[in-house]
Amino acid sequence: MPHIWCPGCGNGIVTAALVRAIERADYDQRDVVIVSGIGCSSRAAGYLNFNTLHTTHGRALAFATGLKMARPELKLFVIMGDGDCSAIGGNHFIHSARRNIDLNAIVVNNHIYGMTGGQHSPLTPTGKKATTAPRGTLEREFNLLDLARGAGATFGARGNAAQPRQLEQLITRAANHKGFSLVEALSPCPIAYGRRNKLGGPVDMLKELKESSISIERATSKEETELEGKTITGVIYQDEVPEYAAEYYRSIGKEIPVKSGG
Amino acid sequence: MPETKPVLMQGNEACAEGAISAGVRFYAGYPITPSTEVAERMAARLPDIGGVFIQMEDEIASMAAIIGASIGGMRAITATSGPGFSLKQENIGYAIMAEIPCVIVDVQRMGPSTGVPTAPSQGDVMQARWGTHGDHPIIVFSPASVYETYYLTIAAVNLSQKLRQPVILLLDEVIGHMREKVTIPRDSRLMVEKSSDKVPADYKPYDEKGLTPLVPFGFGHYYHVTGLFHDQYGFPTGDPPQVERSLDRVHEKLEKYRDEVVLTNYIGHKEPRVVIVTYGCTVRSARAVVKKAYWNNREPVGLLSLQTLWPFPDKEVREIAKKADVIIVPEMNMGQIVSEVERHVKGEAEVVPLNRYDGEMISPDQISDIMGRWLS
Repeated sequence: MPHIWCPGCGNGIVTAALVRAIERADYDQRDVVIVSGIGCSSRAAGYLNFNTLHTTHGRALAFATGLKMARPELKLFVIMGDGDCSAIGGNHFIHSARRNIDLNAIVVNNHIYGMTGGQHSPLTPTGKKATTAPRGTLEREFNLLDLARGAGATFGARGNAAQPRQLEQLITRAANHKGFSLVEALSPCPIAYGRRNKLGGPVDMLKELKESSISIERATSKEETELEGKTITGVIYQDEVPEYAAEYYRSIGKEIPVKSGG
Repeated sequence: MPETKPVLMQGNEACAEGAISAGVRFYAGYPITPSTEVAERMAARLPDIGGVFIQMEDEIASMAAIIGASIGGMRAITATSGPGFSLKQENIGYAIMAEIPCVIVDVQRMGPSTGVPTAPSQGDVMQARWGTHGDHPIIVFSPASVYETYYLTIAAVNLSQKLRQPVILLLDEVIGHMREKVTIPRDSRLMVEKSSDKVPADYKPYDEKGLTPLVPFGFGHYYHVTGLFHDQYGFPTGDPPQVERSLDRVHEKLEKYRDEVVLTNYIGHKEPRVVIVTYGCTVRSARAVVKKAYWNNREPVGLLSLQTLWPFPDKEVREIAKKADVIIVPEMNMGQIVSEVERHVKGEAEVVPLNRYDGEMISPDQISDIMGRWLS
């Protein structure tokens, strides 16, 4: 299949995990909608055989909110990149979390703006180089899961492109969660990020992703010092809070159909 | 004829009621003076009729949300004023490109920038035309009364659905906040024009043969929606001939339905020497002048009021120019529609601007002063 992604990119792995998760969740094809923003990973929407909505930069969650409120029976997966979601789309991100609207946000975090050639994003680690931070960025990065939780998100998980099975399970659990779900998928960008920061080729980057990760189940039995430099993966938090679209429809006395029409 | 009831209503409220009569069941918005009553009315009314009201986190999100809802099959509207209208522009372009029906209300206030939030203006005429980037078509209506606001909102919603094209309603603070009698039908369902529900198995949302109805998401017709140039199924393309065809497509539908889209109204002398061409609340002052001069004194004057600003009523203005010696164009801005009038009159008549931009309405006296000079 022709696509725009560079060799060694993690977007294909994350997209495949999403598709397998949708299959696992046993959704009807017609009930599923893929919404995306602007950026490399957001092009995934155009490669999937569902109703797919490729929106404007940063606004995917706002489009998705309108669609979900109009058609609450639909299952929405919202693919965003790190810059798309946390910089230009930051406002929609925190407010979607606050409303606890049942959208499944999949944020492909490769720490860089890839499509425009490697500028730093709010998820670029301090000190890392980018075309717009040639000496290394001085800015601090967001912890996306903490940001979402602070804003009221009720499901937060982290996985990576080096462990696609786990990622698939995390997306499935996000899909089954009623409310705003965030899955942060760490993903390599060897071309626009890895090269500039001397992180090696695609294999090295995937290996590093895997080796630096530790699942939350295993992390709980470790000492704090042992976890230094490690990224914790798995479902980091999950709370039961009323979901916005369901609450709205209940408040106006309108039933939500179980399945979509047609 | 449907049963009707006369009510006293504000322009902003009439806009909300017109939308509901036209089948709108989704409102997303953000508070801004002087448009907030549209949102407040919708917030009160929509839950009772199974509709969705949502106050979004900003103007950009409101515009995005109505597009999302429209793709889901709900008729959707948002309302704002100058600063918010600026913020909505990118997603208005998206709706034009992706051919998603929606209606955007801009209750104009004095600008630029924060300006005078509570003072009326007609300063957004060119922004409504060219606010979003790229070479796009647009439909813009400008009502001159509460009654017109109600019916033009209905027309805007129905046309938007039919042409799969965003429609902008350019109100001004005078029309938005003024209270007038308006007669609305009791059974508002009669105001909803249904678009075709015949869908071929091989559904092409951007069929190169021409306009196709939008089948909402979730009905088993799989297609892509994007702001990128796209093929018949909506998938991105950069192929030059296809890009050109794609842009022609969004323009051609407006040309084809031009006479349904362009609405004007002429009152006055059959062989006028002086004609006022104007729109929005300025029509009211102009009408007072023409009523007095023509109906009372039989002077050779007339008024062409433009309900549609874009596409510009070129034919109608040219017709006037053939008869009249002078066309006066009063506007509450520094001269926006007047250049368009000049462009189409092509020197066949003298075009005289009358501009006011101090946050006050143009008075009938101001118009009759100028008119008198050309009549004597």
